Amino acid sequence: MTDVGYVVAGWGITVVVLAGYYARIVVRTRRASRSSGQR
Amino acid sequence: MSHHDARETRLLGPRVSTGIGWGALVALVLLGLFGLWGAPPDEVQGDAQRLMYVHVPTAWLAYLAFFVTAIASALYLWPRTRARVWDRLAGVSAELGVIFTGLTLVLGSIWGRAVWGVWWAWDARLVTTAVLFFLYLGYLALRRTSGDPSVGAKRNAIAALIAFIDVPIVHFSVEWWRTLHQQATVFNPRLSAEISGVMAWTLWLSVLAFTLLYVFLLDRRYRLAALEDDLDDRELDRAIAARVADAQPAGMASS
Repeated sequence: MTDVGYVVAGWGITVVVLAGYYARIVVRTRRASRSSGQR
Repeated sequence: MSHHDARETRLLGPRVSTGIGWGALVALVLLGLFGLWGAPPDEVQGDAQRLMYVHVPTAWLAYLAFFVTAIASALYLWPRTRARVWDRLAGVSAELGVIFTGLTLVLGSIWGRAVWGVWWAWDARLVTTAVLFFLYLGYLALRRTSGDPSVGAKRNAIAALIAFIDVPIVHFSVEWWRTLHQQATVFNPRLSAEISGVMAWTLWLSVLAFTLLYVFLLDRRYRLAALEDDLDDRELDRAIAARVADAQPAGMASS
């Protein structure tokens, strides 16, 4: 793999992990808000 | 401690949280532009050095997140400041710390493969960081065990303070032992940043962007934890009420 390939892999993994974590928080918060009757 | 104290559901006001979220997004976009294109490639490492702009801030945030966990745990253990908010904050910050430590290890491994030719080396910095990851993974597992909530929270706080001992060991490992991993570029004992120009301020931008992201995620994750705690409390209240109703004599229940 070239240097650029390693850089793209590293940055890509970072974006996917952090975006996925945030999306999971959003989904769970909506579900919990619905269950507790809060907004 | 009662189940019903400290109903704080947010760390930050909604406007502040949204502002920090947008600030983080703008800073991260700028970081992408400068980290991938604007900053020049390193004279020795070439483009592979661009991994520094994600590896260094994730490592910094691992330190920061575990520091917040340690402070919140100490505030929980201190009887005068004991409140559920500190226990909850310790837990959510540790979760973020584990994610950032995991990313640090993965990014370091990729960077190591690019410049050292190996994915892993039994190097002091790498080993102590892996130990840090598993220590806090264990802490998060400990938090999920059942039992008396206040006893559990005290036990978790003590575990978090013990685990934090590894943070300075990780940081100073490159000074204490001769390692393959390079010494600290910025936060070194000489306090002289061994980086300058566009590369230096792109590195500072990365630290700022990821710190804003950490604060934003911490607030959102805390709100989720508060909501889920509230649901658990309500479920417990319903179970207790049902048990009390079952225990009452049939005549009293119907009167």
